[in-house]
Amino acid sequence: MFPTPLEKTSRTWQITYQGLLPVAVILWLLPLLAVAIFSVKPAADFAGGEYWNWPSEFAGFENYMRVFTDSPMPRYVLNSFMITIPTVIGAVALSCMTGFALGVYKFRFNLAVFFLFIAGNFVPFQILMVPVRDLTIDMGLYNTKTGLVLFHIAFQTGFCTLFMRNFIRALPVELIEAARVEGIAEWRIFWYIVLPLMKPAIAALSVLIFTFIWNDFFWAVVLTQGPSAQPVTAGITSFNAQFGVAYHMLSAGSIIAALPPVAMFFLMQRHFIAGLTLGAVK
Amino acid sequence: MHSILKTSVAAGATIAALSGPAFADLSGDLKIFSDMSNPAPRAVIEGMVERFGELHPDLNIELTVIDREAYKTQIRNFLTADAPDVANWYAANRMGPYVEAGLFEDISDLWAEPEIAEALASTKGAMTIDGAQWGVPYTYYQWGVYYREDIFAELGLSAPSTWEEELANCQVIVDSGRACYTIGSKFLWTAGGWFDYLNMRTNGFDFHMQLAQGEVAWTDDRVRATFANWRQLIDMGGFIADHQTYSWQEALPFMVNGEATAYLMGNFSVPHFREGGLTDDQLGFYQFPTIDASIAPAEDAPTDTFHIPANASNKEAAREFLRFVVSAENQTLINNGENLGQLPVNAASGVDDDEFLNAGFDMLSNNATGGVAQFFDRDFPAEMAAAGMEGLQEFMVFPDNLDDILERLEQTRQSVYE
Amino acid sequence: MANASLDYQKDNWLHRNRMIITPWLFLLPGIIFFVIYVVYPIAESFRVSFYKWDGLGVPEYVGLKNYSDLFKDRAFEISLINNFKWLILYLLAIPAGLLISLFLNQNVRGIRLYKSLFFFPFVISQVVVGLVFSWFYLPNGGLLNEVLAVFGMGKINVLGDPKLATYGIIAAGLWPQTAYCMILYLTGLNSVDPEQIEAARLDGAKGSRMLWHVIIPQLKPATFIAFVVTIIGALRSFDLISIMTNGGPFGSTRVLSFYMFEKALSEYGFRMGYGAAIAVVLFLIMLCFIGYFLWSMYQDEKGR
Repeated sequence: MFPTPLEKTSRTWQITYQGLLPVAVILWLLPLLAVAIFSVKPAADFAGGEYWNWPSEFAGFENYMRVFTDSPMPRYVLNSFMITIPTVIGAVALSCMTGFALGVYKFRFNLAVFFLFIAGNFVPFQILMVPVRDLTIDMGLYNTKTGLVLFHIAFQTGFCTLFMRNFIRALPVELIEAARVEGIAEWRIFWYIVLPLMKPAIAALSVLIFTFIWNDFFWAVVLTQGPSAQPVTAGITSFNAQFGVAYHMLSAGSIIAALPPVAMFFLMQRHFIAGLTLGAVK
Repeated sequence: MHSILKTSVAAGATIAALSGPAFADLSGDLKIFSDMSNPAPRAVIEGMVERFGELHPDLNIELTVIDREAYKTQIRNFLTADAPDVANWYAANRMGPYVEAGLFEDISDLWAEPEIAEALASTKGAMTIDGAQWGVPYTYYQWGVYYREDIFAELGLSAPSTWEEELANCQVIVDSGRACYTIGSKFLWTAGGWFDYLNMRTNGFDFHMQLAQGEVAWTDDRVRATFANWRQLIDMGGFIADHQTYSWQEALPFMVNGEATAYLMGNFSVPHFREGGLTDDQLGFYQFPTIDASIAPAEDAPTDTFHIPANASNKEAAREFLRFVVSAENQTLINNGENLGQLPVNAASGVDDDEFLNAGFDMLSNNATGGVAQFFDRDFPAEMAAAGMEGLQEFMVFPDNLDDILERLEQTRQSVYE
Repeated sequence: MANASLDYQKDNWLHRNRMIITPWLFLLPGIIFFVIYVVYPIAESFRVSFYKWDGLGVPEYVGLKNYSDLFKDRAFEISLINNFKWLILYLLAIPAGLLISLFLNQNVRGIRLYKSLFFFPFVISQVVVGLVFSWFYLPNGGLLNEVLAVFGMGKINVLGDPKLATYGIIAAGLWPQTAYCMILYLTGLNSVDPEQIEAARLDGAKGSRMLWHVIIPQLKPATFIAFVVTIIGALRSFDLISIMTNGGPFGSTRVLSFYMFEKALSEYGFRMGYGAAIAVVLFLIMLCFIGYFLWSMYQDEKGR
């Protein structure tokens, strides 16, 4: 293990290290802690220009209630779920299939198709903006959640395919070959043999895509407007305009917007990290 | 900010019966997109929708209020892709691109109706492009200097009427440890207001319009004279620091807290001052001072409007809504001090008895003999305005960059008006 | 009879070629989506970049004019320079992530929680990160200036100063990106071969020498992925700029991805062809890296 395990170091360093950890975390999360504290301060605390004093009273409850009652925030949050969840399902489903095809079969253009997906995934997506926007308008899907979902599924398929294909590559080939000898149809092999083995990959990928899509801002701005279809990332900018310089409200709104992926991360941490690092540790 | 307000059948029926069905029965959906997102305007649009809904109980009205800054970038999108039946916008050149692109409905027929033709005659010009009318105004407002009367009194100052007085005042204010003016130029247009006034006072209304139409070079000495006057204020520390980081709302507290003593703004700012805690005794208004006595004063008085997108689906109901918006009764109501606090366009409307509305109405009726402009970003073509306002903001922070800025703007002028 | 034999033959043909047909059937939905939404739009962007088009009327073919205009456009020049600043400075996330991962790579009580807390910024939307940092940088009342005041330093207006603004935004971007790299390295450190470390220790290697000669070479896969995601992240930067400065002050924080959005879709924009030309330039820059990534992956595949 590197660096030297703590048990084998000097007593002073051990104590210093234990003391250093919480200090480092606080420094690292300082901007975020500030927002969390802002969000529970009463409005009066800001009027006096005393931004950084301890809250004079706990007003978190009122602030968060107001976000939910006085603004379309709940609508935006709901939209985010209605965009994110179908995208996760769609992208994972498509990439299970593409990953299976590319990981299990040897055929001409296998590598070419695989690289096409990877290259597409690396593209700076702004180059897609003008045509995708026109396409969405032509299909009558501008300013709909469906329009966003379809695009997200397509774009995420690149990354998901890379992920799934590499995962399937690492599965034992003997299982599949044995099944073929038994004369089992290919789609049954996929459904009954490979798919159950892919559960951890599916979980990891789902958590990851959930976070990516939830946090998308660019496409939300390009393909939607207004509270009927916009997700919370785009909604929060309008929210900001509504509350102007009311930092306590802005902070509460931001925290609400950030909460679902954070909750997802803490609940599914193991999958999340497995997902991120699958490529890194071969 | 967005909100959706659905006015459905509900209680409307009885009220409609009482007031009598003055118009043909309308049904179906009426989709309205509005940029009236600040608290007061927001209440106004919601109120209008509610009252209109009561008149037409069978009409299902869906109102979407979009943040005013975001609206400016979204309008083109929704006019092409997802058009409502009624949309807010601005008069004059600002509606040019949409008229030329065929995105606004020609509503000359409405303007031919005698009630509208007579009552709105004063703004017909601002709504006309290529001989046709493309929208209706619902309000206009004066621009001018809002100042802290109490601080002026404390320093022994009075409202200036000439540039010399202005500079002398400002020196006293700066010496007292304050800034003369607050401004938030993050969204650029506020700097456009300053340029409008300085240029119209230095060179006159006609010159300003020639510049807007691309007939004068930005490197012209007369334009430089305008910037030289501006620079006097900048160099003496007349403006608050870091204004490029603030929106116009974020710049308000400087005036409310007394760190700055005045704000060159439109009258829509008055409710914000009051909400910030300034009483009418503390708040005063004066017309932007004269710079050259031989030049007749000209004013900015932007007109805000409603339009029907060419792709609207319920144009009949939309026209009815526009008739409702311009009616004398509605304009009197929505522009009063408790609502927008601005000036009605309909000649038959009454101006509310409010200190600032009276001052503005008086100024525009009697003391704007040079002419009335819309505003920098409405008089200049879009691309010129964008480059221009960016240059103005840069000038306010780095006045030494002037030559470079003017050359860039001149380059833009040559490509924009070609 | 004839029918039956035909069926049989078809069946047989299908069966014989099932190892070729099956993968394509499985690929089909993914490929359709991908071609419609990714491949075709890239080609379309190239095409549009040769036209003058406001998004509504009939596009007018102008050849290379959009590109020649670009090279006279000061705002484009600034965007391009800023893009390179992003590319270079964003890479700091890699050593920073490595340092933090080394710091956290211990087995003490609660270390898992500490690791999660360090990773936190990456999970949050860039929109929120942007907001948080713009409050952090506020010239009046911002935490940064309060902290500077403690050290007796004067106030700075990071986002209002054209010389500093871009760096201020990049710093905000480095926060989640460092967290990302840190996680990659933490996992990488787990799989470092303990025997090699012991062997190196016996040879007397310690500290930075050990790190440089033994650990970092073994972390190569993690470094590669960190490099890939950091480059992509740098070139895609849009959210933070849009939220924190909207390209200002006076256009000093624009990057290509933001500028193309401005030109194509903002209020004063709707020059679709010009926007597409900017996107093409951005794509070509990215292509250098994509080529390199694919090449290393190809080497990797061949090696299997």
